[in-house]
Amino acid sequence: MDNVVITKESDARGSFCPGPLMELIRMVKGGQVGEVFAVISSDAGSQKDIPAWVAKAGHEFLGSEPAEGAMRFLVRKAK
Amino acid sequence: MKQIVILGGGTGGTLMANLLAKKLGRREAEITLVSNSPWHLYQPGWLYVPFGWQEATALQRPLKDLLHRNVQLHVDGVRSLDRVGKTVSLGSGKTIPYDFLVVATGSHLHPELVPGLAEAADHFYSEAAALRLREKLLDFKGGTVLIGIGGLPYKCPVAPLEFTFLLDDYLRRQGLRDVTSIQYTFPINAVFTIPTVAELAEVKMREKGIAIETFFNLESIDPARKIATSLEGSEVAFDLAVFIPPHRGAEFLWGHPIADADGWVDVSRTSLQSKVDPSIWAIGDTTNLPISKAGSTAHFEGPVVAAQIVSAVRGQVLEPGQAEYNGRVMCFLEVGEDKATLLDFDYSAPPMPKEPSTLVHFEKLLFNQAYWHLVPTAVV
Repeated sequence: MDNVVITKESDARGSFCPGPLMELIRMVKGGQVGEVFAVISSDAGSQKDIPAWVAKAGHEFLGSEPAEGAMRFLVRKAK
Repeated sequence: MKQIVILGGGTGGTLMANLLAKKLGRREAEITLVSNSPWHLYQPGWLYVPFGWQEATALQRPLKDLLHRNVQLHVDGVRSLDRVGKTVSLGSGKTIPYDFLVVATGSHLHPELVPGLAEAADHFYSEAAALRLREKLLDFKGGTVLIGIGGLPYKCPVAPLEFTFLLDDYLRRQGLRDVTSIQYTFPINAVFTIPTVAELAEVKMREKGIAIETFFNLESIDPARKIATSLEGSEVAFDLAVFIPPHRGAEFLWGHPIADADGWVDVSRTSLQSKVDPSIWAIGDTTNLPISKAGSTAHFEGPVVAAQIVSAVRGQVLEPGQAEYNGRVMCFLEVGEDKATLLDFDYSAPPMPKEPSTLVHFEKLLFNQAYWHLVPTAVV
């Protein structure tokens, strides 16, 4: 995902509460259409939970990649 | 002599001022606390006010009574922060210089950010709102109560869950539970963010006949039709809506170089120091850290920042790993029927809550009283 410009990223490693998905939702809700948001998560559930919310909310899941010993998930706000 | 200024008279700011006053001599530093209110509030107590189980007036005490004699208190709002000139400008026009600054101005409610929320929904995140909800519950004769989160982030993450369980208790005691449908909604695909807690809570909700809708992020409320709409496309009708309003940092921080557009201060997750200014720290709700916005968080963060400031005042160098915040938070979770459990976690270990018990429920009630003597006063 080298060509993707991240608007805002949150390091949510070790964040059990509110957790990486809530953090991602917070950023996407507060952003502009077209912007890309990233969250770094050490939570195993994020692989499933993040794409599930992105699909339900109608945004674009750009994928995930290793980062900081955890995983970075990228989402583009689509509406 | 160094000037240390602390902004905010809540749990974080008060204990910060007291910690520093206990550790530093009068010739080493002058410690000033700025608060926009003469009162120190115990916000977790508002959870019980709507049910008539807690007097709101007992949840505030004069801030000056909680402060060490070496702390100078200014009751005034903060208008602006000049980090180049190292001064804070107050609402009265007064300007206070600092060498070291701790921002602990908390999180603030902004229901106006969601269409229809202020008009049609209630909550218990302020004294006024909790009392208004009390009145509505006194008049309530049955129907649908819809509970949810009106915006992210929000403080005290477990409170909406606790409110749901306590509401179930309350309605049963009033003989209204059979004519009430309680519907709980939550932004993610579980009833809570921590899997162990979500599992425990969901079982309890099913036992108590509480309906659940997950992936529900409130977008708007139609006050006339009494319908709440989520960004995920769901519409739910209600008779009484309890939605936690969106939160923002203090206004002087909106778009400030040390914070983001919403006023959350950008800090290191371990040192709690501003990423753009080494003479500024932030603790409690006001940080941008993706961790619980809770008094407990500020309680564990305070000593970390105090150790760094004391070292800075004395020109000492800290060892690597010394004075680092490990993400620790400790919260009670009420689950109704006079039972509660304790959540204790940090960056490396999720909470493993024990089976809820009456003992822990009474520990919470005890803590609510002991708070005044132990926490803001920096005794523990």
